[in-house]
Amino acid sequence: MATPVPPFETFYEAHRAEVFRLLGRRLGRQQAEDAFQETFLRALRAYPRLEHGEHLRAWVLTIASRIVLDDVRKRRPHDELPDLPVEDGLPAYEELAPLTEGLSPNQRAAVVLRYGYDLGYDEIGDALGSTGAAARQAASAGVRRMRSHAGAGPESFAPRFRSTEDGGPAPDDTKEQR
Amino acid sequence: MSEPLSPVLDERFRTAAAAEGLLDVAYDVLPDTPIGALLVGVTDHGLCRISFDPDPERELEELAQLFGSRVLRSSRPLDRVRLELDEYFAGRRRRFEVEPDVRTLPAYNRRVLAELARVEYGHTTTYGTLAAQSGNPRAARAVGTVMHRNPVPIVLPCHRVVGANGKLTGYAGGLDRKEQLLRLEGAIL
Repeated sequence: MATPVPPFETFYEAHRAEVFRLLGRRLGRQQAEDAFQETFLRALRAYPRLEHGEHLRAWVLTIASRIVLDDVRKRRPHDELPDLPVEDGLPAYEELAPLTEGLSPNQRAAVVLRYGYDLGYDEIGDALGSTGAAARQAASAGVRRMRSHAGAGPESFAPRFRSTEDGGPAPDDTKEQR
Repeated sequence: MSEPLSPVLDERFRTAAAAEGLLDVAYDVLPDTPIGALLVGVTDHGLCRISFDPDPERELEELAQLFGSRVLRSSRPLDRVRLELDEYFAGRRRRFEVEPDVRTLPAYNRRVLAELARVEYGHTTTYGTLAAQSGNPRAARAVGTVMHRNPVPIVLPCHRVVGANGKLTGYAGGLDRKEQLLRLEGAIL
């Protein structure tokens, strides 16, 4: 049986510090504070539609990343997207999103967290409820598959939702989940 | 380089979440009432929970099951209940104005609790009397069970229900607390 969705308090306490660190790295202090609140308000709005409690860490980091992107767009409306948050020469999450289209949810999560967020494999394993070794395997399988495909639509990774209103992710994300 | 999340920012989010109407249950722990720590929860429909000796983790799971997963500690929505409880414990309030939210309870429990709500401050009644008022004089034991599962003790005053012989009998929060509440109300010496 899938992990049940935890009470929001439990979810919030588990991830608030990391979300704030991520936002702090990408935005200034003031922007990070606003983005922090916005991240968890968005999570709260979407929360009733979650069907299970897996990959919640990846999910909330994805929401935070989208907000970073919106924020940067707002402040620099004339810039093109690709030179937005790129750290240490690694591709940012948003650039990966269209490329990871054909991957299974696990591969997609592993690739995005590894190359988009620069998380270590052990952390990714934690986020995905598996192990570091499994995360490494999923990421490298994902990368191999990306190399053999060209980029597709802009659909992005997130846990499965009951409905796709509010721009939720594709409903047939489900078929490859265990 | 990055600073930790400040308590101010944390509280700001909790307040905003409630203000935007995004919570199924807002709760808080009142750490030091005269009868110990109480966990208090409210929904849009009213007061849904008062727990003695709360074990937050278990409470949150239970509240989420009953009312929805958006359960968050947020103190602002509890202001009114907190004030009324303070006044009650200080002996300055005899009747609560907050509405209990008993939607999730079975019909029989709601009927018994509605009768219970009429038992006045400083008075007691018996399980048998309450059973009769709720439609079945022989259901004293069932009434005892309803009292035991009362989600909002104190406000729905199950401490005012005693055995036919006047003995205090039982209380979900322990007999000491029952005695303490009845003494506060002047129902016993």
